[in-house]
Amino acid sequence: MNAPGGSLLAAENLHKAYGPTMALAGAEFSIHPGEVVAVMGPSGSGKSTLLHCLAGIVTPDSGSIMYDGRELATMSDARRSELRRSEFGFVFQFGQLVPELTCVENVALPLRLNGTARKQAERTALGWMERLEVDDLARKRPGEVSGGQGQRVAVARSLVTSPRVVFADEPTGALDSLNGERVMELLTEAARSASTAVVLVTHEARVAAYSDREIVVRDGKSRDMERVV
Amino acid sequence: MSPRQSARDLGLGVRFAFAGGREGWIRAVLTAVGVGLGVAVLLLTTAVPNALSVRHDREQARLDWPFGSEQPAEGDDTLLVANADTTFRDKDVRGRLVEPEGARAPLPPGLSEFPAEGEMVVSPALKKLLAADGSALLRERIPYRVVGTIQESGLVGSQELAYYSGATGMATYAEGGGEATRLKEFGNPNPSKEETDPVLLLLVLVVIIVLLMPVAVFIAAAVRFGGERRDRRLAALRLIGADGRMTRRIAAGEAMAGALLGLVLGTVFFLVGRQVAGSVEVMGISVWPSYVDPSPALAALVVLAVPTAAVLVTLFALRGVVIEPLGVVRTAKPARRRLWWRLLMPLGGFAMLYPMIGQGRTDGDFNQYLVSGGVVLILVGITALLPWLVETVVSRLGSGGVAWQLAVRRLQLSSGTAARMVNGIAVAVAGAIALQMLFAGVDGAYTEPTGQDLTRAQMQVRVPDGAPLAATARKFADTKAVSKVTALWEGYLGDTSWHTENGPNLSAELTVGACPALREVAKLPSCKDGDMFVLDGDEYSADGPELNKPGRKLYVEPSGSGDTADVVWTVPRGITEAESVEVLTDYKRGGFLMTPSALPKAAEKLVSGQIYLSIDESVPDAYEYARNTAYQVDPLAQPMTWSATRQDTKFTTIRTGLLVGSACVLLLIGASLLVSQLEQLRERRKLLSSLVAFGTRRRTLGLSVLWQTAIPIALGLLLAMTVGLTLGAILLKMTDTPVGVDWASVLSMAGFGAAVVLLVTLLSLPPLLKLLRPDGLRTE
Amino acid sequence: MSIGHTLLGLLESGPRHGYDLKRAFDEKFGHDRPLHYGQVYSTMSRLLKNGLVEVDGIEAGGGPERKRYAITDAGITDVEQWLATPEKPEPYLQSTLYTKVVLALLTHRDAADILDTQRAEHLRSMRILTDRKRSGDFADQLICDHALFHLEADLRWLELAAARLDKLKASVIA
Repeated sequence: MNAPGGSLLAAENLHKAYGPTMALAGAEFSIHPGEVVAVMGPSGSGKSTLLHCLAGIVTPDSGSIMYDGRELATMSDARRSELRRSEFGFVFQFGQLVPELTCVENVALPLRLNGTARKQAERTALGWMERLEVDDLARKRPGEVSGGQGQRVAVARSLVTSPRVVFADEPTGALDSLNGERVMELLTEAARSASTAVVLVTHEARVAAYSDREIVVRDGKSRDMERVV
Repeated sequence: MSPRQSARDLGLGVRFAFAGGREGWIRAVLTAVGVGLGVAVLLLTTAVPNALSVRHDREQARLDWPFGSEQPAEGDDTLLVANADTTFRDKDVRGRLVEPEGARAPLPPGLSEFPAEGEMVVSPALKKLLAADGSALLRERIPYRVVGTIQESGLVGSQELAYYSGATGMATYAEGGGEATRLKEFGNPNPSKEETDPVLLLLVLVVIIVLLMPVAVFIAAAVRFGGERRDRRLAALRLIGADGRMTRRIAAGEAMAGALLGLVLGTVFFLVGRQVAGSVEVMGISVWPSYVDPSPALAALVVLAVPTAAVLVTLFALRGVVIEPLGVVRTAKPARRRLWWRLLMPLGGFAMLYPMIGQGRTDGDFNQYLVSGGVVLILVGITALLPWLVETVVSRLGSGGVAWQLAVRRLQLSSGTAARMVNGIAVAVAGAIALQMLFAGVDGAYTEPTGQDLTRAQMQVRVPDGAPLAATARKFADTKAVSKVTALWEGYLGDTSWHTENGPNLSAELTVGACPALREVAKLPSCKDGDMFVLDGDEYSADGPELNKPGRKLYVEPSGSGDTADVVWTVPRGITEAESVEVLTDYKRGGFLMTPSALPKAAEKLVSGQIYLSIDESVPDAYEYARNTAYQVDPLAQPMTWSATRQDTKFTTIRTGLLVGSACVLLLIGASLLVSQLEQLRERRKLLSSLVAFGTRRRTLGLSVLWQTAIPIALGLLLAMTVGLTLGAILLKMTDTPVGVDWASVLSMAGFGAAVVLLVTLLSLPPLLKLLRPDGLRTE
Repeated sequence: MSIGHTLLGLLESGPRHGYDLKRAFDEKFGHDRPLHYGQVYSTMSRLLKNGLVEVDGIEAGGGPERKRYAITDAGITDVEQWLATPEKPEPYLQSTLYTKVVLALLTHRDAADILDTQRAEHLRSMRILTDRKRSGDFADQLICDHALFHLEADLRWLELAAARLDKLKASVIA
């Protein structure tokens, strides 16, 4: 591993442009196993793009992203997809649950994509739903549950494969502070107990306070706030 | 509510239809294209009866038979016309030799001047064909100099091949029913109305309904494009104070905008289609653009009905929807679909058709209203039954892979949308299957078996009177691609004079030819010139042995040219009996066989020469050489090419119409399927992106899209086949034709429908893959 | 915070010894700073002098003097008035942080660094409070939230200031 200090996922000098818009201009990042790192910054600063690059959803124009000793930036799309399927988990702000599937089917989906049999996958899914206190919603569809409940279902889904990193992009963005904090509490607790690292993109300081460390992105450049002092 | 306010709401709706940036435009244009295509098909269909009747009128106006009892006497107002039709490759060429007998001779329609001998006036299509590279053989056959073009009024279609060429000395042919005809005027003085027999009318009626039903279903679907987004926009309007009625009026305005634009587009499509219709020829039928002219009443009906229907469908779709300021509420959970009332429609349809079962073509016309009503009800019944069927089946579908699960769950949640998408195809396929059955069944009655065996002789040429048979036969033998020539004289023998009032009681064929030629029609133990044989014949030609009484006087059938003297032949003793065989033709000859020297001299003029040719089809344009030789021998001789069956041309027209129409309709529906598919995908952009984010394979999502269409389509086709076969069986029973199922065509029709679906899925894959790109996550 | 009013309020539910009062106060409000006995007695003697409490009885026995206090009608009225009077919102118009930023700009030092250092410090506090909230009871959570919201407000100001440093510099130096 050539990332700083035994980090699980580390990026250096990332550049990414969408047309004329410079989303990342030399951003850096690193996270250790089990660590919760908040990525903050004003809207449009490039924090979501940073997350997309780190998760292998988007390839950067230049720079390197090392995950567990492997270079992500040059990996094939199929390989990155497989990585996302098996070692990463995702929570987005909204609109991520398949409306036709029941909640437990939604949570079981990543396992099913990895080839787990339906019964087995749903049993595991139910276990995670219990931990996130939404097991009573198992047979409901996403349209029938509240926003906070839906996010907890999404968190359960992000953890169901016991990933090594969970990427959360404004996971509380559509929730009130009470629901938002509950989601954050459950997410960080579950992640810590499974020593899953969490990359948490948020613009709310109180959400970021659930992290161990904070990185601020401004104009496509990142700043690790630990090294400020 | 003042009318002004209503108008303002409608206007607002129209504005919304085109506002909303690129998305809004695309949706409005798509709706308009859908409605436009529907309108164009409607207009074209309403023009079909007119086009057919114009064709018929033109045909009537150029008929060149002497109507009335007697041929007119030669005068300065008469014209001699002879039929010189020919066939080039598989295209028929209408040919006429004309010879004016005076200054006031009638000009054929479409001509301004008579061509002189060695000249001709041709149709534009024939002119093009003659000028084409591969047409040397045709130029050889019609070697006349082109001096003019037949105008539209003298042709029944833009692609018709026709010519008039000048001739002289035809007067002799005009006597006693010869090949030429003397005319004082062209055309039928009492033009017949286009006479269609009841079954034919039934077919036309069903074809039109079968084509129009899917179009109607399509229009109904087209105005619903973008329904969900519209509902959300209306909710936003409620938020700023619009009431429920206003939102409905605004929605109606939006639908109307699309429909009105569609009307304009439809007119354009129609005009384009009309021009295209003038430049194509399907199965020998072409029309001039001017024929394709819908009757004003029908056109007005279309113009009024389409926007009205669009608005009504929109309001109907909004019936179960309550638009609240904060969003759209669909009234409760939609009730489980019930079967009983959905069954009423098709059952009602069958009840309307039932009284006509067994009527056949002899018991007068079918009741058009009952037929139309019944068929419409049955086909509309499909659109009522299909949602129930899809819902029922889908709710029972079990587990499978992720792609299957995603598709099935989606269908379970919105089986109505899925069914609506498939309705059009189901109706089209059901109608087409019923029609195919009707055609296949009725075809038997209209397709005459011609009875020749293609393995023996492929062409028959009548040798003109006066031409020496042997020399003519040699000419053919020397012709390229002719592998065998059999020359026979043929005539008839009767037991009494042919000039009596009733003619002979018994008659038998007389066939004269050299021994090798005779061996083609009978098994002869031995044969030399001067021999005679009598054939056993079969049940239709068994009079030979009966007439074979030595000493009996038999009368040779006179030729048409007014001979009054009887030619008598006395049956000699000891004629050998022989067994006739089907070698040359598909029937067993009866009567007498004679070698040339056995034929009485007086009878020689009364038998006509027939030359049977076997053609080596491996030679390119094999038939054309023999045709050219035949033309050389006599331009009026019309060689007959034998094919297994010959179809009534009217049926060819209808079947062609059906094929073209079905293809258009299915493509139309395919387009609408594609549009709604893409719309659905766009609405799920965010979800699709997040699925990809956590590593869903593109293949899985693609497969789920495929299942999502394939399942309802499979159900739709199943229902379509059931209803189509039942409807077909009933229609056949109505025409009193035995019911038979042509499974190959049923399956191919279903396959055609399925192919459209596959095509749609394939076409929606690239946009799907594009949507699956991670950029989709960047929307907020 | 007014200790006098708080102790008066606690007496409303019934007479208590000074020792009891201290314990009740610490339990409910003294998370950060427990009261000293001296504070209790000096406050109580002031309240006694103003006629807001009276001595209910004295328990004899070893150890320090043990008086039992009870609230008077005047005392109840006083508590009522205090509760009904809204607290004056603190406008924080002159904060040290603002002064630091302006000074840094005037002396051409890196003001952004000052803001970021402060930001990191704020977030560190927030993290600690969040942690404490997790393990604390409901009352604890409410107190932490109060602090967290204040810190968050500061942090938002820090972000805003960081984004507008250039403008601020122009107006300060001009």
